[in-house]
Amino acid sequence: MASIAGKKSALTWAVHISVALLVLLWLFPTIGLFVSSFRTADQISSSGWWASLFPAEQNEVYRAADPDDNRVADGDMFVVKGNIFEGDPRDIRSWGVSSRNVSAYQPGETAEMKDGESVTLQADGSYVWRGNDKQLSGRGQRIFITATVPPEFTLGNYTTILFSGSGQDNMAKAFFNTLTVTIPATIIPIVVAAFAAYALAWMEFPGRALLIAAVVGFLVVPLQLALIPLLRLHLGIGIGKGYLGVWLAHTAFGMPLAVYLLRNYMVGLPRDIIENAKVDGATDFQIFTRIILPLSFPALASFAIFQFLWTWNDLLVAKVFLIDATGSTTVMTNQIVELLGTRGGNWEILATAAFVSIAVPLAVFFAMQRYLVRGLLAGSVK
Amino acid sequence: MTSLSLKDVCKSYGEIEVLRDINLEIEQGELIVFVGPSGCGKSTLLRMIAGLEKITGGTLEIDDVVVNDVPPAQRGIAMVFQSYALYPHMTVYDNMAFALKLARKSKEEIDEAVKNAAETLQLTEYLDRLPKALSGGQRQRVAIGRSIVRDPKVFLFDEPLSNLDAALRVATRIEIAQLKESMPESTMVYVTHDQVEAMTLASRIVVLHGGNVEQFGAPLDLYERPANTFVAQFIGSPAMNLIEAKVTATGDTTSVKMADGGHADVPIASVDGDVGGTFKLGVRPEDLTVTESDDYLVSAHVDMVEALGETTVLYFRSQNGEPGLVAKLPGIHRVAKGTNIRLNSVPEKLHLFDGDGRSLLYR
Amino acid sequence: MFSNNSALYGLTVIVIGVGGCLGYFFLSNLFLDKVLFPASGPNAGRNINRANMIRPWLFLFPALFALVVYLAYPVFETLRLSFTDRDQGGAFVGLANYRQMMDEPKFWEAVQNNMLWLIVVPAISTAFGLLVAQLTDRIRWGNLAKSLIFMPMAISFVGASVIFKLIYDTRPEEQNQIGILNAIWLKLDGGIGSILMLQVLPSILLIGFVVIVASVAWSFVRGIIAKGEDKSVWLLPLRLLVAGGALWLIWVSISSLLGLWIGGLPYGEAQTWLTIPLWNNFFLMVVLIWIQTGFAMVILSAALRGIPEETVEAAIIDGANPFQIFFKIKVPQIMGTIVVVWTTITLTVLKVFDIVFAMTNGQWETQVLANYMYDKLFRANDWGIGSASAIVIMLLVTPILVWNVYNARKEMK
Repeated sequence: MASIAGKKSALTWAVHISVALLVLLWLFPTIGLFVSSFRTADQISSSGWWASLFPAEQNEVYRAADPDDNRVADGDMFVVKGNIFEGDPRDIRSWGVSSRNVSAYQPGETAEMKDGESVTLQADGSYVWRGNDKQLSGRGQRIFITATVPPEFTLGNYTTILFSGSGQDNMAKAFFNTLTVTIPATIIPIVVAAFAAYALAWMEFPGRALLIAAVVGFLVVPLQLALIPLLRLHLGIGIGKGYLGVWLAHTAFGMPLAVYLLRNYMVGLPRDIIENAKVDGATDFQIFTRIILPLSFPALASFAIFQFLWTWNDLLVAKVFLIDATGSTTVMTNQIVELLGTRGGNWEILATAAFVSIAVPLAVFFAMQRYLVRGLLAGSVK
Repeated sequence: MTSLSLKDVCKSYGEIEVLRDINLEIEQGELIVFVGPSGCGKSTLLRMIAGLEKITGGTLEIDDVVVNDVPPAQRGIAMVFQSYALYPHMTVYDNMAFALKLARKSKEEIDEAVKNAAETLQLTEYLDRLPKALSGGQRQRVAIGRSIVRDPKVFLFDEPLSNLDAALRVATRIEIAQLKESMPESTMVYVTHDQVEAMTLASRIVVLHGGNVEQFGAPLDLYERPANTFVAQFIGSPAMNLIEAKVTATGDTTSVKMADGGHADVPIASVDGDVGGTFKLGVRPEDLTVTESDDYLVSAHVDMVEALGETTVLYFRSQNGEPGLVAKLPGIHRVAKGTNIRLNSVPEKLHLFDGDGRSLLYR
Repeated sequence: MFSNNSALYGLTVIVIGVGGCLGYFFLSNLFLDKVLFPASGPNAGRNINRANMIRPWLFLFPALFALVVYLAYPVFETLRLSFTDRDQGGAFVGLANYRQMMDEPKFWEAVQNNMLWLIVVPAISTAFGLLVAQLTDRIRWGNLAKSLIFMPMAISFVGASVIFKLIYDTRPEEQNQIGILNAIWLKLDGGIGSILMLQVLPSILLIGFVVIVASVAWSFVRGIIAKGEDKSVWLLPLRLLVAGGALWLIWVSISSLLGLWIGGLPYGEAQTWLTIPLWNNFFLMVVLIWIQTGFAMVILSAALRGIPEETVEAAIIDGANPFQIFFKIKVPQIMGTIVVVWTTITLTVLKVFDIVFAMTNGQWETQVLANYMYDKLFRANDWGIGSASAIVIMLLVTPILVWNVYNARKEMK
């Protein structure tokens, strides 16, 4: 449409700007979490995360060196020279010598105090403090500066969350528990569903249409209905709460979507290819493993991403079927919810924990977005 | 020796009958073409021979063995599909070797068979490629090669040229004819809706229509002696003209008279009872000539002239609700649109069909 | 140290699980072909046919087993449990659970909130999705923009809850606000800008909403009175239901409209957003809208691309402006997809649990059905009422279920 004659460019600009605003609005929350996870607890609670992206004005107090040790006679006066920063320089905007007026002077100016006492502070932090014997004794003169501090970030939160933290603050165990739940719960349903999808797509048997309709129906059955009976079943037959139970539950709950997606894809494969394989002498099992599975890779990948995201992000199924009273099998989502309850104010811990838990799905998302989109398009019932 | 024999073969889907009592005896080394309009059941018949569709009634024999219940792979057939049906994830080599691998042939045997087929079809340099890296014609050759390596008793082709463009179709058609010549022992069954392919390739043609065999014979037989009006109009292009005619005299030669005053003495035998009956006189457009004399077949009003140089095609206005006549004259004729002209033909080139559309030749 | 045991356990399960599945399929097929109905000997043909009748069921068995035990059986079992009482050892108590549930104000609060969610979230997500899909359709960096807006799809509800809790965070008066919403709020001072943004604009939106609801409701209700409409008995309850829902919605909108002008806004005070009744529901919904917009956008964007270019070009030649092209040419052509997106988001909303659980746990009048059910089930340990509320969710889903199955069957024919 861009090439159409007489098109207004103002409209194009409006489109660009509104898209940019929308994208910013959508990114803003996540960036907030991301930035906060690199700030210390003090930084987080003293200013909004958006402020940390820019150099901040900060008030600091320094003391001149101890005059009794460092003063040097200069005529009838004494002088103390030194540098307030001692190897950690700041960009001084203004400074002062009294807490009532902390930004009275510019760098390079001289502050005249009572009875001829004076302090001169240069931009690099070097100072000259001049005064008589009485004035230059006791403790060093206080120097207040207002400095701009460059943005400052730390990896400390991640160290705490992943390695050194204790108890609830350590997500390492939950991370591996989540992995333990996720990987089998992603792979096993694919294998089971692929066979069923092939039967529903390419084999003739009575009741096939009915089964397909049933799968479509199961797609929307709310998980909530399954919780009580299945938990009772699991407890009844001795599976109890644990990995086995959660794997089985995830496998079954993912099954309708898996069968639906894969069948829709397989049914679209060319009939000729499958018939040719039959003429070539392949059995159904061979057709499935040698022809259908390799050709269905895009659909398998789509479902795998879905199932991975869903199991990784799940809270409800894990809470019901996995996590027992000891809490040794907790997953990340659950641990974060508990952190929200007990450490609701400790944003450095919360933000980092949350970011650790969403980092893996985000990586998968950006790496395999193509397949995710394809799966979404195929998966929404037409 | 009979290679393929169909006896009273039927096919129905529930109530709907798509093929009725098909009887065919096909000799070894023949190239048989099934031809017919779409929906006539020709592909279904081929798929029944392949074993991809169950046979509802009758028996199918390959090399004198009833194979009704034998799965496709064990029938000794190979099939080339319309869409080629190449396995997209396998190289050309693997595509050709797949069937042999499934049959657990030895590595050397497979290698030899594939290399030989590739040689014949000039595919040797493409063996490592995936199908998507091949042109349409090359894919077609792989599909054929895949059937050759299996060394089948019967080759089945399901409209193999319909996915190719016009120029390639001609080239591949010639290749298939040469391939057949190099394998005189093998039987081939070929399905197409294109009569040019049928006429050029076939040793015998089966014309199918509405689930029935209309005629089974050599290509020129079908052209010169069509068994009924359907075959007469299906074979040949433009289609044969059919003119309503009253029988005036019978015997070894049949005399007919047309509504507009034209008449003809056709050297085809008829019986006494035919006198006064309304028959169809058939004449091919290419057999018509322009005449000035009073001894003419029809006189008609020229509606349109297509001058192609090599031939001139005249379209005439339709009369009495019948389709208009077409004449195809060799060379250039400067006939003006809108004039009335008379047409005639050599009596030997005329055909006569009775009220049911059956040729008098086959009564 | 990193709980090697569970990782190893998981790995073993993958190997056993996948190997077991493949082994099952391979061996059962082998058994069928070689032992039960061998494809050789005198009965070869008949045996092959028999084997082919059984084989589909071998392929289907594990999936069917999972579906039946984990989805079909629980539906009926939950229904049965909803008629029993745990304290009486699972005795049949008829509708007592439902009656008790209906008497609880918390249940009605959950139903009301769920209704709000059901209307607001699908509508706004779909609208935003459509907007973004259309805007990004023809610009060069559209794919990047889409991918960024789509990104929240990968974030868990719990993760999103943390993200938004940071946005809604409140600090005591004398400290810097670290939640962006309060930071902005404190910048507003009751001046003309604030009135425009916080009173006039929402009022216009609310009035527009009331008008839309009223017209939709009227088109349903009119059928009861007007001539020539389908007056079948089936439609009457539906019409009354829509009318009732609409009245309630209009009442809620008007009362919040009044609240907006009468109460006056507490400028200059940091707000604890998640504890303000009614409004806090919307703050929770924002989280789900943020996630679902990307989904709507992806599907609708594909649908927009599927519109034949010629229809748009014809409209340009006919003199339509960009808005007319969008609303009169494009939207009608993708109406089917819009309905699909809408129903899919509706399903997600009906099951929403994590967001409420993590952010408010149903306090301050933000309860929803799924969380209510979890509460009953695992905190109150009352599976009777828990099951009853699950059945309520199922009933709400059923129309969509029927519609989907109906469509799927139609498509297969």
